Amino acid sequence: MGFAQILANGVVLGTLYACIAIGFSLVWGVLNVINMLHGSFIVLGGYLTYFAWAYTGISPVLILPVVAVLLFGLGYALQYLFINKVVSAPVLTTLTLTFGLDMILYNLMTVFFTATPRRVSMDFGRLEFWGVAMPVDRLIGMGLALLLTALLFVVLRTSRIGRAIVAVRMDREAAALMGIKVNHIYAVTFGIAALMAGAAGSVFAMVFPVTTNLSGVFLGKAFVICVIGGLGGVSGALAGGLALGIIESFAGVLVGPQNAITIGFVLMLVLLIVRPQGLVGVKGYE
Amino acid sequence: MMARKSPWPLIAMALWLAALALTPVVLGNYEVRIAISIAMFTALALSWNIIGGFTGYPSFSTAAFYGIGCYVGALAQRSGVPAALAWLAAAAFVGGVSFLIGAIVLRLKGHYFAIGSIALVDISRLVVSSWGEVTGGGNGLNVPLLQGRPPEVSALVLYVMLGIMAAAFLANVLVDRSRLGFGLRCIEQNEDAADMVGIDTTRYKIAAYVLSAVFPGAVGAVYASWVGYIDPTDSFDILTTVKVPVMAMLGGAGTLLGPVVGAVSFVLLEEIFWANFLEWNRAIMGAIVVALIFFLPGGILKLDWRAILRRPSRRKAAERKPG
Repeated sequence: MGFAQILANGVVLGTLYACIAIGFSLVWGVLNVINMLHGSFIVLGGYLTYFAWAYTGISPVLILPVVAVLLFGLGYALQYLFINKVVSAPVLTTLTLTFGLDMILYNLMTVFFTATPRRVSMDFGRLEFWGVAMPVDRLIGMGLALLLTALLFVVLRTSRIGRAIVAVRMDREAAALMGIKVNHIYAVTFGIAALMAGAAGSVFAMVFPVTTNLSGVFLGKAFVICVIGGLGGVSGALAGGLALGIIESFAGVLVGPQNAITIGFVLMLVLLIVRPQGLVGVKGYE
Repeated sequence: MMARKSPWPLIAMALWLAALALTPVVLGNYEVRIAISIAMFTALALSWNIIGGFTGYPSFSTAAFYGIGCYVGALAQRSGVPAALAWLAAAAFVGGVSFLIGAIVLRLKGHYFAIGSIALVDISRLVVSSWGEVTGGGNGLNVPLLQGRPPEVSALVLYVMLGIMAAAFLANVLVDRSRLGFGLRCIEQNEDAADMVGIDTTRYKIAAYVLSAVFPGAVGAVYASWVGYIDPTDSFDILTTVKVPVMAMLGGAGTLLGPVVGAVSFVLLEEIFWANFLEWNRAIMGAIVVALIFFLPGGILKLDWRAILRRPSRRKAAERKPG
């Protein structure tokens, strides 16, 4: 495999990774909560897309927004009903709570969807350019992932609710004094995170098979990407996702795919120690 | 510096150990198996208590220590080391590993420490599964079985596990009554202030981390000998790593008897739900975790039993007043 091919594979994987991690990063940065549900949200998005596609035959690209809205509702409700009650508790409490919720969601998924790997298989053939071969479905996935990421960036930058989210992240008390309903913003943030996770799951199901057992893998990726890129918004997740995708792609060729995953985790530990704010993160979110 | 501590936790623990030790004599195989589970998880929860309860560090690396213990014990036994020696070797090895890792990850705090400690479980699992020549990779390893008839073997395993559980409890008692425990509680309250008044926080935290690792290492090695087969997904399970802190919190983290009460309650609940609702087991345990966070934030032991018992009579009194 040539250098360009490995790099291209890494970039495609990296954009998907960014899309996976962005919601996790948002929740961590704004709510100061480590969301153990994140992996299962992605799997749920993937399964919903698969079954909707399998039963109706509608294009998964059109199913994606519906799945995203459903996941937003689920995320908003979970935050509003449960996590908001303990949101300022120490990490041990919030992490354990989201893990308990994840056990419930995981169980529901295995009962209703079974753990069979599912993939939306659309055969679009492949494109060749500059000596790089790439299946078209992966390019579509990459395009969707970038679109979603850009959309979130714009929402956080320009919309009223986006500015409110950023304000709460910067200073919760001051935001509350300015008349922002912090609990509502928390729930919206968690909803957006679930939405991004569900959409990422949709995209993932178009490219790779999705199964419930992957929820832990996705969660691990989100950890690694957030630490590599740093918390602080869309740019951190994008940088971390691309970095991890490219590293895994090259390491996979050099030392084998299994060890590539280990390298990602070890890199994360090293970065945790030497640069906890991440590659592009802003200091002060620790 | 230290107030006189009550002897009751020690007495209660001695009685509880004696009761568990009697199970092979008075009850059947099934009950002995549950008693082993209880002893195992009590030892794990008590170990976690030292770093998570006293020191207040949200450690989720129990499964890493336990899993490394499984593998070190199994590999030692496969190369001909007698079982008892292999168990000790596993505890010592895990202690050494946790010392080195602790020196690195204990520089992290809060969320970053939590993430780092979970990553340790993932890294250990990945290393063990890709290092196939030594560990058997994803195929797992067979471990030499203990000699003897099945009831004798399970009685032996139970006594060894009870020994580890008693040792972990003694470690808790000693930490609780020593300078180390005082220092750890200071770190839990305010690490910067503890540092300022002259507590060597790094050394104290590493000591707590190593103490929280050696017993899970031994438990893992004994477990491997008992079941005779280990594999990476089972040994380094993310569920174990969260379950153990949940048990400690269920009873009351940072207390002596809390992890003991929490572990026995959790194991028994899990046993009931496994037996009756196999398909929904995970969801039910999840619901219990959620309920624990909302209704028992301080754990079972911190409940004000007197107020609960008095409530009905007070309610009656309140009803009487307006009339």
